[in-house]
Amino acid sequence: MKHSFGDCLFKWGCLFCAAMALLLLFGFFAQLTAGSAEAWRRFGFGFLVSSAWDPVAGKFGALPAVTGTLLTTAIALIAALPLAFAAAMYLTDAPRPIALVLGHAVDLLAAIPSVIYGMWGLFVLVPLMQDHVQPFLVERLGLCGLPFVNRDFNGFGIFTAGIILAVMILPYICAVMRDVFVMTPPVLRESAFGVGCTRWEVARDIVLGYGMRGVMGGVFIGLGRALGETMAVLFVIGNVMKMPDGIFSGSTTIAATLANNFPEADGLQKSALFALGLILLCMSFGIQSLSQYCLRADAVRRGSR
Amino acid sequence: MAIKAKAENLNFFYGGHQALFDNNLEVEANRITAVIGPSGCGKSTHLRIYNRIFELYRDQRAEGRLMIDGVNVLDSGVDVLELRRKVGMIFQKPTPFPMSVFDNVAYPLKLHYKLKGGELNDRVEAALRGASLWEEVRDKLKSGGLALSGGQQQRLCIARAIAAEPEILLMDEPTSAIDPVATLKIEELMLELKSRFTIVIVTHNMQQAARISDFTAFFYKGRIIESGPTGTIFTAPSNPKTEEYITGRFG
Repeated sequence: MKHSFGDCLFKWGCLFCAAMALLLLFGFFAQLTAGSAEAWRRFGFGFLVSSAWDPVAGKFGALPAVTGTLLTTAIALIAALPLAFAAAMYLTDAPRPIALVLGHAVDLLAAIPSVIYGMWGLFVLVPLMQDHVQPFLVERLGLCGLPFVNRDFNGFGIFTAGIILAVMILPYICAVMRDVFVMTPPVLRESAFGVGCTRWEVARDIVLGYGMRGVMGGVFIGLGRALGETMAVLFVIGNVMKMPDGIFSGSTTIAATLANNFPEADGLQKSALFALGLILLCMSFGIQSLSQYCLRADAVRRGSR
Repeated sequence: MAIKAKAENLNFFYGGHQALFDNNLEVEANRITAVIGPSGCGKSTHLRIYNRIFELYRDQRAEGRLMIDGVNVLDSGVDVLELRRKVGMIFQKPTPFPMSVFDNVAYPLKLHYKLKGGELNDRVEAALRGASLWEEVRDKLKSGGLALSGGQQQRLCIARAIAAEPEILLMDEPTSAIDPVATLKIEELMLELKSRFTIVIVTHNMQQAARISDFTAFFYKGRIIESGPTGTIFTAPSNPKTEEYITGRFG
């Protein structure tokens, strides 16, 4: 059969569009590498462990931003995981109308623009943290003995940013978990109930065990979102370019640093920002790959059953 | 002969649809009772009332009485978790839990008896021996339950069920997804197990019912048409419907 010119054009057009994704990916890596070359040449790997950020003296280091990024992300995960797990568990098992309404509500959390989260954070969460939550945690619960907990009640900082991020990544984690839980074969649940398990035991030992890799995939998707989130964090993190004293300190993240500093940066500082960008890209890329791997491994295992 | 379980006027509903009508059945202790009948006649539904597993689904409802050791297990005061320990269930498809062979069997022991250490190991071994599986899996206790063959998986599920020291074993077509050789092993196993447990088995396979069961109940369209000693049901059924089914004229 002869292919017409139109078919041919269509095929190559589609191929180009699909290949675009790969090209862009390489483009980003190339651009960031080229842009950050000077910083890497000047600071070497010391850039990763230096906490200096002094544009006047021309000294730059990634440690505060990387620390802030990792800490906010960790707090977000710790806060969001149990909530997402419980919500997904309930929604898989709830009566249909309730599951429908609540399920959509959780999904809609993902539709809220991040700048709205930022505003909410600034006007609601920050004062709340400052006046109630932080004093309660530190003075009432006496958490100040723990490492990374400091008495610095201004509402801004790593902890507040982590909480906002938790709300933002919750729908993603919850959605993946729901998909995984729904896929648990009914007969497996029945046989677990059949040996005398409670609902909680079935959830913890059977459903979670069966969908572990899928759940891990969901966690990494959430992690990837939290790493790169910029706008909401920018509002509440405090934007302080130094190593934080604890989780209530003002700090910064890689994304927030980039957004704040690029407009007036040039020369070496610009190159250092590019280097930060490259670090962030590598982190998200790694996390995203991990999540894809987990989800695919999960699908393969289901397919083989 | 002691009656272990007794269904009295059991009716069952899927939402508005009635699936069982006035089921009356006596299940004798330490005997195998086979439940036979064409597809969709309510055999499995009947079985699923004994451990109240149907309650997982909101729209399913049972009426009437199901006495086990003289207690109506449908009463709201009955401890369902304890009931399910006492009444184990084996499904059509093997359902190993997503954990190792050892943990599959240890799971109900930890759950109900809080066992650990050497005692746990001994009980797991005893259960695996009880299910004629020990020799085959003693070297792969740590590998996943899914790594076993279909027949082995089903015996693993039987081991898991008997580990909890139940009194009744419900088997819902336990061999229909398994090859003939493995089926034979499971049938032999059931004959051994009946000295310790009361067994109720749903089966599509009439030869199987004739081979292993002591009593047989014939279900048709949600009603128990006839029940009694297996020999009588298969050689001299009193109801013409039973005879038609037994002789393969429908079903």
